[in-house]
Order: sequence, then C-alpha cells, then structure tokens
Amino acid sequence: MSTNPITDSGPLLALPRRQPMVPEPYCVQRVRQETRDTFTLELRSSNGAARPAFAPGQFNMLYVFGVGEIPISISGDPTSSKALVHTTREVGPVTKALRNLKRGDEMGVRGPFGTQWPVEQAVGSDVLIVAGGIGLAPLRPALYAILANREKYGRVVLLYGTRTPEDILYRKELERWRARFDLNVYVTVDRAVGAWRGNVGVVTSLIRRAGFDPQNGIALVCGPEVMMRFAIQELQKRGVGTDRIYLSMERNMKCAIGFCGHCQFGPSFICKEGPVFRYDKMETFFLLREV
Amino acid sequence: MTHDSQLGKVLSVLERKDFQQLFDTLREKGYRIVGPTIRDGAIVYDELASVTDLPVGWVDEQEGGTYKLKKRGDAALFGYAVGPHSWKKFLHPPVVRLWQVQRQGKGLNIIEETQETPPMAFIGVRSCELHAIAVQDRVFLGGDFVSPAYKSKRERAFIVAINCAQAGGTCFCASMNTGPKSTAGFDLALTEILEDGRHYFLVEVGTESGAAVLKELPHQPAGREDTAAAERIVAATATQMGRRMDTTGIKDLLYRNYEHPRWDQVAARCLTCANCTMVCPTCFCTTIEDVTDLQGDHAERWQKWDSCFTTDFSYIHGGSVRATPKARYRQWMTHKLATWIDQFGTSGCVGCGRCITWCPVAIDITEEVRAIRETDHLVTVSTKKDDNGNS
Amino acid sequence: METLKGILAEHPFFRGLEDRHLELLVGCASNVRFDAGQFILRESEEANQFFLIRQGKVSVEIFAPGRGPMTILTLGEDEVLGWSWLVPPYQWKFDARAIEMTRAIALDGKCLREKSEHDHDLGYELLKRFVPIVEERLTATRFQLLNVYEPHHR
Repeated sequence: MSTNPITDSGPLLALPRRQPMVPEPYCVQRVRQETRDTFTLELRSSNGAARPAFAPGQFNMLYVFGVGEIPISISGDPTSSKALVHTTREVGPVTKALRNLKRGDEMGVRGPFGTQWPVEQAVGSDVLIVAGGIGLAPLRPALYAILANREKYGRVVLLYGTRTPEDILYRKELERWRARFDLNVYVTVDRAVGAWRGNVGVVTSLIRRAGFDPQNGIALVCGPEVMMRFAIQELQKRGVGTDRIYLSMERNMKCAIGFCGHCQFGPSFICKEGPVFRYDKMETFFLLREV
Repeated sequence: MTHDSQLGKVLSVLERKDFQQLFDTLREKGYRIVGPTIRDGAIVYDELASVTDLPVGWVDEQEGGTYKLKKRGDAALFGYAVGPHSWKKFLHPPVVRLWQVQRQGKGLNIIEETQETPPMAFIGVRSCELHAIAVQDRVFLGGDFVSPAYKSKRERAFIVAINCAQAGGTCFCASMNTGPKSTAGFDLALTEILEDGRHYFLVEVGTESGAAVLKELPHQPAGREDTAAAERIVAATATQMGRRMDTTGIKDLLYRNYEHPRWDQVAARCLTCANCTMVCPTCFCTTIEDVTDLQGDHAERWQKWDSCFTTDFSYIHGGSVRATPKARYRQWMTHKLATWIDQFGTSGCVGCGRCITWCPVAIDITEEVRAIRETDHLVTVSTKKDDNGNS
Repeated sequence: METLKGILAEHPFFRGLEDRHLELLVGCASNVRFDAGQFILRESEEANQFFLIRQGKVSVEIFAPGRGPMTILTLGEDEVLGWSWLVPPYQWKFDARAIEMTRAIALDGKCLREKSEHDHDLGYELLKRFVPIVEERLTATRFQLLNVYEPHHR
C-alpha cells in the first residue's frame, strides 16, 4: 500500500492475474462507431474466462499486435458480466489499429488499473456528473453503478457538453436516461448549425441549472483539462467544497504499474493514485503549468 | 538477504595478498563478478576476471562537468569515488525484453521471459550506492506491483561494500545521511587500509551469505588498532565532502517554489542532454517499445531506459505537458528531492555527485537548492480563491 | 396572482434594489410572451429592451447565407437576454428567437437609460448587475472558442 498522502479512493481493485507487464489475450466481439472519430470496443477473454471485476473510473492497457499499447478507460457496466467495453477516440496509430480490428481478432489486455469514482462514498448524497466530450466514457460506469442502486442516492444529475450535436456520445442512451423520472440529464454543445433545438453554450452554464445540493452533493468531473478547470471553478462558485469534487486526470502512460515514471503528476502516479482524484488533494498541482 | 547487525559485531582482517581468493570463492559459488575497472578514461562497472582488473593505484578527480583519472602513488584497490556507471546497470538494465508474441491466425501466443541469469557479485559498492539500491528496491519491490526481473537479480546479488577512504570532489553523502560508512544492505563491508607498510581490509559481515564467503577466505579477527584505523579513515572521508546539501524542510521548500525564477535561470543553462538521469543511481524511468519482425508474425516488447528530459516523455494529445526545458529540469529536480519523499518515503538523492560531475555545463543540484532556499518564496503564487472562485 | 413588482423584487437579478428604484423598474416592465419560432429581437434593430426569461428557451443566433441560423447560445429560465441597450449605438448584434413557447418580463431599457442619466444611483445598480452577465458570457465565449473537445495534433 502506498503511503502517498495524495492516495485517494482506497486500495487498487482486481490486481491482474499474470505478471503485470504481460497482456491477457482478448477477442474482439464488436467494434461500434459512436461518432465520426469515436468508437467502442467490446471484448471477451480468449480463455473463456469471465470478465474481471473492475470499478468505475479504472482503465486497461490495450495492446494491438506489433503496433503498441495505450491506456483506455473502461466504459462499460460494472454490474453486468458481459463483455469488456472501452470507448476511445481515433487519434494515433494504436487507436487506428484498434478501430480496424474485426470480430474474432485477438489483442492484449492488461488491467484493470487505477483508482475509482467514489460511488460508495456518494451514497446518501446528491450526485452531479459533469462530462465533456470523450469524458463521458470514463463516467458512464459510475452512472451505471449509481443507477443500479438508485434508491441509495439523492438527486442524480448528468451534465454533458461537447462540440457539436454530431459529436454527442452515446446519444440514444442519453435520450433514454433523460426519459427517466429519477435522473436529470442536460446536454449542451459549443456550436450548432441547423436543426438542433437543444442547449448551446458551455457545459459550465448547465451547472447553475443542475438543481443539486452543494452542501450535500458530490461532483464527478471528466473531460479536457481546460473544461475541468472551468467546471470546477463554477462548482466552487456554487458552494461545492473541494473535498466533494472528483476528477479524472490523464498523462502519458507506458507501464500502468508505477515503474516507468511517465505518468507522474506532481507526487502522484496517475496509474496508481489516479486517474480519479479528489480535487482538494491535488489542487495545488492542478493549477500549476507544465506539471 | 537480510542484514543482521549482530553478525557485524565481529570484525575481521583480510590481507591484500588474499584478496584474489575473494574473487575465486565467489566464482566457485557460481557468481558472475562485476565491479570497477578502467575503460575509456573512466572507472566504470563491468565484469571482472581478477583483482588486477580493478583500478589499482588510480584516483579520480571530479568537479562540476569534469572527470579525470590520475595515478595515486600507492596500490590501493578502491582509492577513488564513483564513476558514470551505477549498479542499476545490472539490477535495472538499460535494455530488457519483457515478452515475445507469436501470431497464430487471428490469435496471439505470448511467450513470457524466464528470469535465468547467473547471480552477480558486486565488488566495491559504496555506501551511497547501497542507499541507491535500497531506493530502487522501494520502487520495484515495495509497491503494489513487483518487477519479477528486478526481484530475481536483486535477491541473488552478493554485495561487497567498500567504506570510502576519500571523498570525491562532488560527493555529499554526509549531508544526505547516506555515508560514507556502510551500515546496512551488504553481505560484506570492507574498509581498505594502507598504513605503515601494511595493506589490508577490515571486514564486517552483514548476512549469513557474507559469513559463508568469509569463512572460505584466510582472515584474522581484527585488533583494536585495525578497527580504530578504519574508523579514522571513514571519519576523515566524512570531512572531505566536495559538496553539501541542506535538506531541512526541502520537500516543502520545493513544493512552494514551483514558480521561482531560479528555474528559468537553470533552464537557460540546461541542455536537456539527460546525462544526469543516465548516471543517477536512483533514476528508474523507462519506456516501452513494441517491435515486430518484417514478416509480421513475431513481435516483442522491450523496456528501455528513458529520461524525463526528453520532449516526448510527457507527450499527450498532440503535445507535451512539459514542453519547455524549464519544466523538465524542474520535474527532475523536484522529483529527486521532493515528490520522491511523498512517493516512496525517502529522498531520491543519495549524494553521490554524479549529476554534478557528468553535467556538461556543470549544473550543481546542491547549488540550485541553495539558490532557491536563499530567495524562498520570491514569487508568491497564490492558490487561494475568493468567494466567487476567482484566484 | 403574482404582481410584477412582487416578481421583480423576488428575482435574484434585482434583489437588493431600493424601493424607489424597484418602483421605477415596475413602471418600465411588462409581461410578454413569444410562441415557438417567434423572434424576440433582430440583428441591427434598435435595442431598447432587455428580458428576464421566466419560462421557455431562447436561441441567440446569427444568420449566414448558405449556412442558415447559427446558434451561439441558448438561454432559459431566470436568465437575462440583451445588454446592447446599455452600449451605444444601442443596436442588437444578434437575433434572438424563442425555441419553445417563452414567457418573459420585458423592461424598457431606453426609458431606464434616460432615467439613469439623472439618477446615477439607478445607473450604478443596473451596471452592477449587467457587468457580471457580460463577464460570464465573455468567459463562456472564450471557452467555446478554445475548441477544447477537438484532438490537437502537432
């Protein structure tokens, strides 16, 4: 157990079975295009083993034969035992190779790694989820977990902002969530041309309308770092304490087990003390440049 | 290998003429012997065949950005400080294959590495280096994950430590509390004594393995004069340190000075050549490379030394988080002296001085700390916020 | 039934106003309603009013040939629409259209402008409330400009 004071949500879950640098072989079940540059992978263990347990917020290292390996947050339902689900953007050689995998192709998975969203700690409180762009993917498992035990929470609100209506991730699912009576969903885009009748404006402006109790609420924030900074400022303005705001950070990652040193962010290793952090524990470093 | 300080209560004397037998005994026990030797004008660590491979009668002259070898005028086996290599070269090698994979149709067959290397005996490990090994032990063995490669090499390594008889020009182990006397982490610890025509070693046993090796060597119990001589030598070394680091409150000092103008000043000199990270005995950063053969059926994953000074080290989303040399120098120094403490419970610096010696522009980590301490909080960066969340 | 004065006095935007100023505002206020699709104000027209939205959704947009109306911002309940009445040449720079049936309180900005010339206290109270709105919109606009959701390549 690390004695790092930045350590946040408890011990790591589900330590991998093999040597930690060796991937487990997984089979591609499905590759689904979500938006023009974002896709979802559904994987199953090649050995027929059950999907390993994971906590919302954790990530896996996904390996494509001969191309490379990258960290991708798990975006599936932790309470369902089916496939291992990851959503990612196509931005480089590895993600491009992942997107071109076909059903039945084998690739490698290491994990799960990292800290989790405070789904347990939030019991009894209101929960405000603020997601920007691809940031909705690492938050989706938290929402699933909360909805699976909906009666344990107060008001649950999801705020989602992205660039244009065409970039809205999990659109059909968002519409289904919006239709529920026990969940408030607000979506906004930065720009819209044409037939969009929804909100246009920054995701931070949705916080004002969220209708949740800042004294008894927990906020989970994920998205581009600039968006998270804006959102956190707005949350603080509304009276949410820095010990009630959680965010998910990203840095260059090679090993995911605290050996390669790449993911360091001040005193924290994003792979060990993150990616989910309680804001008050890392605020000083978050506000510094080039750290 | 557990250090037992009770074993060290009985000190012995090994004569110079019998030193070769240490090599022979270790070799008989199946160890590959590595230690200091001269190559390319420097004292490096490499495989040793016999005592004569040691830098007998040589001393190093070290200063910021300077390293020279000179003849001593006597026949000391260990009459020098540390060179550009450190023991991480053997325990945490620069290039390691992690696994191989063979493509079979749509499937992958991963072949793991077997950790079969002959055990190594390290001859001439300095106290600062014992601490450095302990620092890397915490990284690779002390967390939630263990490196099997490191563990295998580390557990089987036999360590013969040397208590330094002279400090190097850039040494500061005394102020870092990492030397010059070896106190733990060795199988045998020697102090080389050349006095009154005699040339011998005071031997302290650290472990059962060490005791077993000593048993095979001709040795005598140490007399009071021998012990006193050794103590005098080590005490003298402690006063000769070329540098000093004031570590009082150093973690908080650096934490509150991330915006200090000194970082810009050192950045104007730093070439981001990464020498310091390569010679530093505790720097452990690596990168992972996935490579394939030309036919596309076989791939391998390799682990290689990396440095936080490279622009790509912190690359993410189309750019590097630490794009400027200032940010990268600051990262290295604050990691070594401050964040390391929060991460692993000790400083990352052992006061060996290598980074000072091998920096082409002679940047001195002790001087950088001093400069920041003297103008502590020159730039106040307030992270307090007003009621509206504005800073 | 709620009176205009009651609504204005309770509204967070006008909270803290002295009674004499509140009376002035009430004198300049009226209830208005817009059907879905109806324009509330149009680019280049004289800006003489501002609106406190009570219900519904308004799109602040600009029309470009070949691209149609482009929405920059949507406003909803309790939000304020329009500050161009404060800034010469007092002309709307954008269109504002009701996306859904919208009810609002319209305030006669031209009248308040003229009154503020004589009653500087009134002017200060109004500016104190409008400047933060402008700041908020500017910050939001800058954020939108940054295009943070796009992947940035070297």
